[in-house]
Amino acid sequence: MHTLTASLTASDVDRIAHLSRLALSPDEKARFAQQLTAILDYAGQLSQIDVDGIPPTATVLAVHSVMRAGDTVSGQIDRHDALGNAPATDGEAFIVQAALDHDG
Amino acid sequence: MQTVFDTRQALRAGKVSSAELTDAFLARIQALNPRLNAYLTVTAEEALSMARAADDRIARGDDTPLLGVPIAIKDLFSTRGVRTTGGSKILATYVPSWDATVIAKLRALGAVILGKLNCDEFGMGSSTENSGFGPAHNPWDETRVPGGSSGGSSAAVAAELCCAALGTDTGGSIRQPAALCGVTGLKNSYGRVSRYGLLAFASSLDTVGAITHDARDAAILLAAMEGHDPQDSTTVAVAPIRVPDGAHLRDVTVGVPAEYYAGGMQPAVEKAVRAAIQTLAAMGATVREISLPNTHLGLPVYYLIAPAEVSANMARFDGVKYGLRVPGSDLIDTTMRTRGQGFGAEVKRRIMLGTYALSAGYYDAYYIRAQKVRTLIKRDFERAFEQVDIIAAPVAPSTAFKIGAKVDDPLQMYLEDVFTLPVSLAGIPAISVPCGFDQDRLPIGLQLIGQAFDEQKVLDVAYAFQQTTDFHTQKPPLVLSHV
Repeated sequence: MHTLTASLTASDVDRIAHLSRLALSPDEKARFAQQLTAILDYAGQLSQIDVDGIPPTATVLAVHSVMRAGDTVSGQIDRHDALGNAPATDGEAFIVQAALDHDG
Repeated sequence: MQTVFDTRQALRAGKVSSAELTDAFLARIQALNPRLNAYLTVTAEEALSMARAADDRIARGDDTPLLGVPIAIKDLFSTRGVRTTGGSKILATYVPSWDATVIAKLRALGAVILGKLNCDEFGMGSSTENSGFGPAHNPWDETRVPGGSSGGSSAAVAAELCCAALGTDTGGSIRQPAALCGVTGLKNSYGRVSRYGLLAFASSLDTVGAITHDARDAAILLAAMEGHDPQDSTTVAVAPIRVPDGAHLRDVTVGVPAEYYAGGMQPAVEKAVRAAIQTLAAMGATVREISLPNTHLGLPVYYLIAPAEVSANMARFDGVKYGLRVPGSDLIDTTMRTRGQGFGAEVKRRIMLGTYALSAGYYDAYYIRAQKVRTLIKRDFERAFEQVDIIAAPVAPSTAFKIGAKVDDPLQMYLEDVFTLPVSLAGIPAISVPCGFDQDRLPIGLQLIGQAFDEQKVLDVAYAFQQTTDFHTQKPPLVLSHV
């Protein structure tokens, strides 16, 4: 169980930035460490509230597990449209760097 | 004021054509937008083409509540063939190939779309200073913010650069800018209007609405947009809204929550809001004090839940299929550089807050706990509505602040939303209507809050208030001097 007084170190910020897939400048890291600590500290007051027996609210609506009445195929996105905003394309697919190394 | 209602009357009577109206708006936008930066994209040719099509329909005897009426759209909505930036550099050149559900509905009704409006990046902010394309300016004082995140929408309506504008409200983003710009803004119940095609910010909190000159126009826009959508499983079918037409409040009980008046408000704001409540009483409403004891927890709860949802929704921006790509040494490096450069500071802050709150070891202590306190806040309102029909409260603690005044302190900016956040967490409807001005002639808004899906009562009371008062008809100096 972790206490809710935050004090983010530089290595905390590095870890969170990597999890978030954000490349940050040293300036940003320092500023965010301070700002995030302040915000998390403020949010930490929730640890004082008695929530015994209180269910969490994930959605305010009473609906659950909504299904479509009938799943009928109704066309598809045109390839040209789908590639219309591609940063790099060969006209058929999105071109990206390899996700895995190729060894032979 | 060019309301939607009056514009339809003029078009129906043949007093003016949609093409003439559209021309006039485009000329005003050209003259005033450089000062206000309300519009990010003006679709002049498309607008004129839509106007001519509307005029053809009118000539054939067609009649819809929006036929030929020039409106504008917050840049968070996907508009087919029209650049949609989300207020972000990461989507600076993105052009969607489909319309959001509400956009499709408005097109079918024959509305004329003038362009896309400035906003805080992905809806995150209370001043429009987080826009990747410069802030919008308040028409009442151009050195001040219009509020946010629907700042462009509010500025455009206040400066008469469109008849009405679409906006979104996740933590106050329709109500607060409407209050700061002296216009009317309705936040709908979560589930009333489809979010399909809206660039997602916080999926359990986002709502779609409109900023208008008055409550009657708000009802017209809601009627055009509401309804169950098979493409948004969080929409609920409800009885359609009726345009209000009564003006007495004899059967209405208004609750005044003590916690909203416990200090922290600019004196002029408190004075105007209390005077407005007196007006409601004079119109026949019964006014009583109520308590919403968990009000002060709205801010910490929101700034854990919303960022958590942000961290999930922003994950799609990776430079692969659309948007900015900043090349790096490998795929992960490319993703990190793209997001590091493409997102602004506030978005990055919230992604990191959310990632932290959801991470192993912290998930229960922060995120789940915040969801439990959200239940307490929701129950506060449910209990209150057993005693009253409507809750009357301020919208923002102060009038429009100077551009730059709060950008260095995120928590100071978050405090702008203290009166609007609890409503968002509960998922209930609320409207902001003009109720006065401070000593610098800056607008003040009154918030009228209703039960879930009781937009009818909210609009009826707001409409009645606007029959008795004329704050909503006042124009900013910029409008008076530029005829």
